[in-house]
Amino acid sequence: MAVLVLAQHDNRVLDPAVLHVVTAARQLREEVDLLVAGRDAGEVAKAAAAVAGVRRVLHAEHEAYADPVAEDLTPLLLRLMEGYDYLLAAATTFGKNVLPRVAALLDSAQISDIVEVLGPDRFKRYIYAGNALATVESADDKRVLTVRTTAFEAAPAEGGAAEIVAVEPAEPTGLARFLRREVHRSERPELTSARIVVSGGRGIGSAENFRILEELADVLGAAIGASRAAVDAGFAPNDWQVGQTGKIVAPELYLAVGISGAIQHLAGMKDSKVIVAINKDEEAPIFQVADYGIVGDLFKIVPELTEEIRRARAA
Amino acid sequence: MKVLVPVKRVVDANVKVRVKADGSGVDTDNVKMAMNPFDEIANEEAIRLKERGVASEVVAISIGPAKCSETLRTALAMGADRAIHVLTEAEVQPLAVARILKAIVEREQPGLVLMGKQAIDDDSNQTGQMLAGLLGWPQATFVSRLEIMEGEAEAGREVDEGIEVIRFRLPAVVTVDLRLNEPRYASLPNIMKAKRKPMDQLTPEELGVDTTPRLRYLEVQEPPGRQAGVKVASVQELVAKLKEEAGVI
Repeated sequence: MAVLVLAQHDNRVLDPAVLHVVTAARQLREEVDLLVAGRDAGEVAKAAAAVAGVRRVLHAEHEAYADPVAEDLTPLLLRLMEGYDYLLAAATTFGKNVLPRVAALLDSAQISDIVEVLGPDRFKRYIYAGNALATVESADDKRVLTVRTTAFEAAPAEGGAAEIVAVEPAEPTGLARFLRREVHRSERPELTSARIVVSGGRGIGSAENFRILEELADVLGAAIGASRAAVDAGFAPNDWQVGQTGKIVAPELYLAVGISGAIQHLAGMKDSKVIVAINKDEEAPIFQVADYGIVGDLFKIVPELTEEIRRARAA
Repeated sequence: MKVLVPVKRVVDANVKVRVKADGSGVDTDNVKMAMNPFDEIANEEAIRLKERGVASEVVAISIGPAKCSETLRTALAMGADRAIHVLTEAEVQPLAVARILKAIVEREQPGLVLMGKQAIDDDSNQTGQMLAGLLGWPQATFVSRLEIMEGEAEAGREVDEGIEVIRFRLPAVVTVDLRLNEPRYASLPNIMKAKRKPMDQLTPEELGVDTTPRLRYLEVQEPPGRQAGVKVASVQELVAKLKEEAGVI
């Protein structure tokens, strides 16, 4: 038997999250197949076939898969799962939405957000907002798993030569349909795959004040994040949120500015390679996880830092 | 339209949980418990639907030990009309919860199930999707905006890319995210009134659901720690360290 990975994409580009899922999948089985369900998604199928370690790409085309709803992907996945004993997807909002629906109909007790594969039936995952790490065993014949992408290396995007097999789409259910997506356009790198992330918390004080973080992010080529406190206060849009209820990130450098370091925020960024904290409260819990900390007024420190990095870069 | 709101009793969000020394789980003895915050938002939304005349009745459901009746009283004090307590001392995992809820949906025939997107204890984020799948109903997950129309509904979902808007048929399962609303506090008169609201008790056996756990939690550990680093005195020192010591800029 083999692993089926539900691939996430926008009909043009394969989402990099898939590469991390392939790594987790290869720890379970040699045979890893990717499902690309889309509309005019031939380029995505080709990109999927080039991923190292992929055996086969199942390519299903249908109008309903342009922006597919879970209701319409489920019958397709249920049919395909007859030939597989694992179903994996990234623990993104896309994967989290679709997989449990399929798992229930496969009579499988899904394991969400795995961070380690210990064996064919054993996995590690965080519970209680990252405050505890559990080892979980599944006795199901077909196992359904979502994968925390930051916990697994990306498989090489090139070097594979998988065959692409066309598969029949499933009839749309008509239960739900996609209307539109309201996206915050940004020229900056995507938060979950950025090499550097600059995040602001309640200490930033207002949406306008995020401007100073944007300038810092610009000189660093960084993505911008925010704590839940900043998002709830209306300083930053929700898709910037880093934390247990937002995005999980693990960049090479994470700059936490005016973020106190609530448990739920730490859960989303503590696997970053280097953490820098800037906060006026020297007792703030963020300093307990930071490699480098500066205590002081962020409105003085951040512009100074932006200038200093610009100078260092120019040198 | 009747609305069902499943609510889970969990360790209060403000409590710092401790892992038991023997690795068997998280210490929940003498720890403050509360309604799962996402479920509180779901209950609030259901009550608002009733206040706007969209919903006719709000029924809160909780599955678990005797103390879950307290969580249900809170839901009733907020404004739910009646409660169903599925009494069990055993651990009930998401798939079994979904099966119990399905059995209740079949009895109650609601037009909508409104629930939290995940519980803050096991963080599974599964039950709503599983329930929708088992019922063959549409699902709207991570919802921060909800509009009920004739026979269908429109929802704004908080997805990684921003907000995704979908339209779906009713009946449906809707799981809610943080920004949907701000739950009210129950007033003292409403807390008193809640004591007289009806609460039925059932068991998983009466509903014909086997709740035997399918996943085994073999061990629960402290998460790997992270060493606190150094405090630097100036921005120049920070940039020098990031450049030379850490090599990240």
